[in-house]
Amino acid sequence: MAYSEKVIDHYNNPRNMGSFKKDEDGVGTGIVGAPECGDVMKLQIKVEKDTIVDAKFKTFGCGSAIASSSLATEWLKGKTVDEAGRIKNTEIVQELNLPPVKIHCSVLAEDAIKAALNDYKKKGETEGQAEEVATPV
Amino acid sequence: MKLPIYMDNHSTTPCDPRVVDAMLPYFTEKFGNAASRNHSFGWEAEEGVDQARKHIAALIHADAKEIVFTSGATESDNLALKGVVEMYKEKGDHVITTSTEHRAVIDAAKALEKKGVKVTYLPVDKTGRVDPDDVRNAITDKTILISIMLANNEIGTIHPIAEIGKIAKEKGVLFHCDATQGVGKIPVDVQELGVDLMSFTAHKIYGPKGIGALYVRRKAPRVRLAPMIDGGGHERGMRSGTLPVPLVVGFGKAIELCAQEMPEESVRTKALRDRLQDGIMDVMEEVYLNGHPTERLPGNLNISFAYVEGEALLMGVKEIALSSGSACTSATLEPSYVLRALGVGSDLAHSSIRFGIGRFTTPEEVEYTIDRMIKAVNHLREMSPLYEMAKEGIDLKTVQWAVH
Repeated sequence: MAYSEKVIDHYNNPRNMGSFKKDEDGVGTGIVGAPECGDVMKLQIKVEKDTIVDAKFKTFGCGSAIASSSLATEWLKGKTVDEAGRIKNTEIVQELNLPPVKIHCSVLAEDAIKAALNDYKKKGETEGQAEEVATPV
Repeated sequence: MKLPIYMDNHSTTPCDPRVVDAMLPYFTEKFGNAASRNHSFGWEAEEGVDQARKHIAALIHADAKEIVFTSGATESDNLALKGVVEMYKEKGDHVITTSTEHRAVIDAAKALEKKGVKVTYLPVDKTGRVDPDDVRNAITDKTILISIMLANNEIGTIHPIAEIGKIAKEKGVLFHCDATQGVGKIPVDVQELGVDLMSFTAHKIYGPKGIGALYVRRKAPRVRLAPMIDGGGHERGMRSGTLPVPLVVGFGKAIELCAQEMPEESVRTKALRDRLQDGIMDVMEEVYLNGHPTERLPGNLNISFAYVEGEALLMGVKEIALSSGSACTSATLEPSYVLRALGVGSDLAHSSIRFGIGRFTTPEEVEYTIDRMIKAVNHLREMSPLYEMAKEGIDLKTVQWAVH
């Protein structure tokens, strides 16, 4: 399958690749997907005064999954928490020219954004430890 | 060294230039129909076909009359399974095969199931081998055919065909072997193996695409087949249609070259394969060999690189032609059924890469591939949340994933 230039660019030069400490103040972590399905995304946001000041990702998955999450971190930076919640997978599909067979990668990226936002909000409520979508048993 | 590098020789091989040279006159000068009995054009074409048939039969220790030309191994597999079942349906309705066969056999078997035939898909062990005792135990008085491949196309594992052949003979059941990946690469003797039907093809052994063969035993027992294509009664009535003489001649030349060069070539490809295997596995952590450590095709290497996804890895080394068992590279979005049958977890199946060393692979290409694979895997592991979790000491198997 031929990849779009944008996917290749994100693959070769991933934006904001890395991790924050999960217990760091203002950090929300979302981990979605499963190894047996061939893709797992970890997306983290760092929020100050309701604005996402930084975002990081790590992804196990194909090039389109890597590009979707890399692009998501770019888009998240500077957005408010509410604005971030309105990012749609279809926008990612459009920006990266993902073929139909790769749409699930963009869905996963949207899920990862939502999971990170939920984690951030939950932490705000409980002031407790970070809870992830996927937690060790 | 020229880029891109071709290291996907299980998929297909380039035509050997000597094969092309042998074929060329049969397109233009010796263009006759091999079935034309009344003029020299036909005789010339027939002579070319006869020579090819002799070379092919000799390599597998068969008689030339036992070679039926087809369009390729897929057709040979279909003809063997469907042709035998149709011909022997009065005798029984049970077929035995394995869960790791090529799709040409599995899907032909599934098509037969829809027509009421019972099919047993035997499991394989973690190296990909079927247990001959399982074959013996699966045979009933209704069993009319056993179909088991010689060597697997993904993991290269070689099945104990001779042992299964003995069991088939003892029980009086016909035995078909899909030897597509084995013929021309390892010694194949239909007498020693005890097979009654055998599929193989030219394009896996540096011959042209579009021509294959089905070996059909003529004596002890004489195998009969219901044809799938009716017409002029070519190929002893088993496969009608004008023979593609240039392709047949190319097939014969390819086989002749394999026969001459196999002793040297198999040693060389195995040495390159071993170097590739060691060059990657000795320096990288958490890489796993898929298949049998020794009972394996000389040019085959299938490795899972934990924590990275196969398609992403292929993208990272796109100047090297390889293939992956990852779902993302298949039309079905399921990871390799062969690796799953070995008990390889879905996660590691997604992380698998198949390397196919061939006649034209050079040591420089192997060294380049080792270097590029290591770099690409490290790049992706740095990016992988799974690798990070594993490094933190989290057992990924205990994590409750949101399976989607």
